[in-house]
Amino acid sequence: MNYVLQILPALLAGLKMTLSVFFLTLIGSIPLGMLLSVGLMHQAKSWLGKLGNWLLTAYVWLFRGTPLLLQLIFVFYGLPLIGIVFDRFNAAIFAFILNYAAYFAEIFRGGFGAVEVGQFEAATVLNLTRWQTLRYVVIPQVLKIVLPSMGNEVINLVKDSSLVYVIGLGDLLRAGNVATSRDVTLIPLVLVGVIYLLMTAVLTWAQKKVEKSFSYYR
Amino acid sequence: MLELKNISKAFNHQPVLQDINVTIADHQTLAIVGPSGAGKTTLLRIIAGLTPADGGEFIWQGQPTTPQRLRKDGVIGVVFQGFELFPNMTVLKNITLAPTLQGVPEAEAQKRAQDLLVQLDLPDQAEAYPFSLSGGQKQRIAIARALALNPQILLYDEPTSALDPNLRHSVAKLVNRFKADGMTQVVVTHDMDFAQEVADTTFTVSKLGGDAQ
Repeated sequence: MNYVLQILPALLAGLKMTLSVFFLTLIGSIPLGMLLSVGLMHQAKSWLGKLGNWLLTAYVWLFRGTPLLLQLIFVFYGLPLIGIVFDRFNAAIFAFILNYAAYFAEIFRGGFGAVEVGQFEAATVLNLTRWQTLRYVVIPQVLKIVLPSMGNEVINLVKDSSLVYVIGLGDLLRAGNVATSRDVTLIPLVLVGVIYLLMTAVLTWAQKKVEKSFSYYR
Repeated sequence: MLELKNISKAFNHQPVLQDINVTIADHQTLAIVGPSGAGKTTLLRIIAGLTPADGGEFIWQGQPTTPQRLRKDGVIGVVFQGFELFPNMTVLKNITLAPTLQGVPEAEAQKRAQDLLVQLDLPDQAEAYPFSLSGGQKQRIAIARALALNPQILLYDEPTSALDPNLRHSVAKLVNRFKADGMTQVVVTHDMDFAQEVADTTFTVSKLGGDAQ
């Protein structure tokens, strides 16, 4: 018990980093993903719009098609070669937001696609503007549809946040690893596992709560 | 009076409507009938401004116009075959959403919605969500939602097809009640008995151009 208390401050410092990466990524990637999905679904007619569609598709392909670990390395070590320099933390947040926004964009795209065309037409004949249709009719329905998939991604994000070690950031897993190597015991890693499980338990509970809050209609 | 002149529409180079000429007279009910695939719903969608016509003219009260213009001016209201109520909103919100977004004060929109619900025999359903309603109730909410914007022409797409057959008569009664109140209505239907029960004029759509009786 004494040993646990002795390593706990280091683990909690790592946990702070994990939670920072987690929350900032969510705050950045959910709105960005929704915007991207709107762009991906836009049926462009002008060459500029088509180019935009192509760029968005390429972006999603790139960020879903390569490992997040590789993206972190490129952002921190690669971008400085073309004059874009981030500190370690900002590099991590930048890469995570871009990566997760690509996944969220696809989830939202599926959600938008699942809203029946008739809903858009009903809004049209009621003279709702495009924005009013999205705001009052479509987005509330999309959120309900995408919640289970979003929940999966959010739980993945908790675990993916451990990848920041690769650019030298000290997160929860790294704190546990350091203690394990130094003290030659698995206890720190067991504790790390327990903390991850607690986090995912809280998130699963929160997901159920949010899903329940949307269950007032079908 | 809304006149449609020489309306045509093709999908993938296959003509669906050719040279349709039809007049929607004020305060009357026009039934658009015809066999499956003849283009009845396409014609209704063209009038509603949901599907653009390939050619033809629209004359509203003697002036050339477009269906989009009519929609923007609030002339046309539509009751869809599948009703298309917004599932995430209460019945009351379904009815008040469009008026309030168009500047009608919330209290006034709610009062109008409550009046419509009473007229349509659904006074206790204001706080219900669409999923909890029967088909007939959903249809009446869809009618109330369209009427809340005070349209001058109300379009119905196959109003009896999604309902229990024994509800057909009550829908006909409702359509006739609105006609008695002076509403101009267009009913697309494959149900000839229903058309006879409600229509002042019947327009039969066929690929050869249509025929009014």
